[in-house]
Amino acid sequence: MSPILVGPLTVAGISAVLALIIAVLDKALNNYGDVEISINGGERKLEVKGGSPLLSTLAAENIFVPSACGGRGTCGACKCKVISDVGPHLPTELPFMSPDEIAHNVRLSCQVKVRKNIEIELPRELFSIKKYKTHVEKIRDVTHDIKEVLFALDSGEIDFVSGQYVQLVVPPYGDIKESTQRAYSMSSKPSDKKHVELLIRLVPGGIATTWVHKFLKEGDAVELVGPFGEFRVHDTPAAMICVAGGSGMAPFKSIFYNLYETSAFPEKDIWYFFGARTSKDMFYLEELRELQAKWPRFHLVAALSEPSPEENWAGDTGLITDVLDRYLQTVIPKNDKGWEGYLCGSPGMINACINVMKKNGITEDKIYYDKFA
Amino acid sequence: MIDAPSVGLLSLFLASILTSNVLLANFLGTCSFISISKDFKSSMGLGVAVTLVIGITAAVCWAVLYFIIQPLGIEYLSFIIFIIVIAGVVQMLEMIIDRFSPALYLALGIFLPLITVNCAVLGVILFMQIRKYSFPQAVIFGFGSGAGWWLAIMLLASIRKKLDSNNAIPAGLKGTGITLITIGFMAMAFVGFSGMIAVQ
Repeated sequence: MSPILVGPLTVAGISAVLALIIAVLDKALNNYGDVEISINGGERKLEVKGGSPLLSTLAAENIFVPSACGGRGTCGACKCKVISDVGPHLPTELPFMSPDEIAHNVRLSCQVKVRKNIEIELPRELFSIKKYKTHVEKIRDVTHDIKEVLFALDSGEIDFVSGQYVQLVVPPYGDIKESTQRAYSMSSKPSDKKHVELLIRLVPGGIATTWVHKFLKEGDAVELVGPFGEFRVHDTPAAMICVAGGSGMAPFKSIFYNLYETSAFPEKDIWYFFGARTSKDMFYLEELRELQAKWPRFHLVAALSEPSPEENWAGDTGLITDVLDRYLQTVIPKNDKGWEGYLCGSPGMINACINVMKKNGITEDKIYYDKFA
Repeated sequence: MIDAPSVGLLSLFLASILTSNVLLANFLGTCSFISISKDFKSSMGLGVAVTLVIGITAAVCWAVLYFIIQPLGIEYLSFIIFIIVIAGVVQMLEMIIDRFSPALYLALGIFLPLITVNCAVLGVILFMQIRKYSFPQAVIFGFGSGAGWWLAIMLLASIRKKLDSNNAIPAGLKGTGITLITIGFMAMAFVGFSGMIAVQ
């Protein structure tokens, strides 16, 4: 054999042998037999194969603990109380835990391995979360980097509250070898139980957004898991101060059209601040203006931060936080009903808006948001 | 097959701990040495892990060296092959410990995978290659060097514990600065052993 080939082949051979031994060891050692997961004091009992993380074990049994990152231990959403002793908290869990949660043995279910019979507690709503088989009915470009994707449920109906989100199951594609899940707020109305609409902005390098923008076609089969989330309209007379940027439009579209359709919470005034950089990032403007014209308690404030002169932008200009500040100080009437903050957008935008709102007297417990980091 | 140096196993073991301590005589594995020695308990865990890994990989790499690398005449690839073997062995050890001793697994925690990139491990294996040790010598040298590393980190952890409660250290030297100076003193103290047994 050529001496040039001997080296690389030996290295490859050694790596292959080691990989084989590791794979065999994994099969032999990671076999914990059948174990039982007891949920909420024996309310539900599951017989499962041990050896996998709690999150994926539960998902295989159709119990979907919310997880925005899909089990990588980076979002901290899949918290669950474990009653049995499964060892101390791992370094990967600690950043997401408050001292109180550590004391009560709240764990990240993606980091806890099921090795023996364990007892856990889960909120009862989770049992109503399902995996839906859907197909893509329509994809529409609403801006140069945001797509509006309409999914039609193949069977059954989805019950959700405006503001909640679903997780889109991204199958392996291209160089991505593992299926992942990402969370997106639903922009469709809850009254349409046969469809789910999502607004998805292309994030350069993003696994899910690249898949949606470059690979997904009308007619494709897609799985959705949900609904999740506590973001929703609160039942008080306080005026809603809603702020969104980019695809943060999604939950508000659902909320506004649902409120308009059902005339729910008639005492609430609604102020909607939508910020974009230039008019090519602005969308749904016509529809929202139409809604404003026929619905007196809805006030739309669309602002561009960098309008170019040739755009002839007639609306507000400036960063959405500055516009918000100006309106809170001079335009929006202050009365006994008070204000509530509703935010959806990038973590940076949310943090900046929280500061403006706090400065204008909205306390932090009245500011609601979902942060998808 | 190999021309092993004629050195007794016991003296080799003592020499690898004291006179040619992999850390204090050769300055290998200093990054984790400095960062982990802040904490006594973690030092203990890392010390056990390093000892185990060096001992086992020395044995495995000895076999790879004399049954694969040398017969094929590909010594120029030995670095890459050793690193692959170390990574594989660490991965296997992690799975075995996880299965049979969850308590030790939790104590070692994140340190076990980190050892893959600890230069003390590769250093010991390369010394074994250069000095042409026989199999028993390689194993003894591996465990001895690991134990030496463990001893050194425990000593430093204890010293740092004392230093922490000392307020006389100038602000600019606190932390890594005084630690580096301390390691220098420790290395000089270990030079004192060098007259006892000479193995090079």
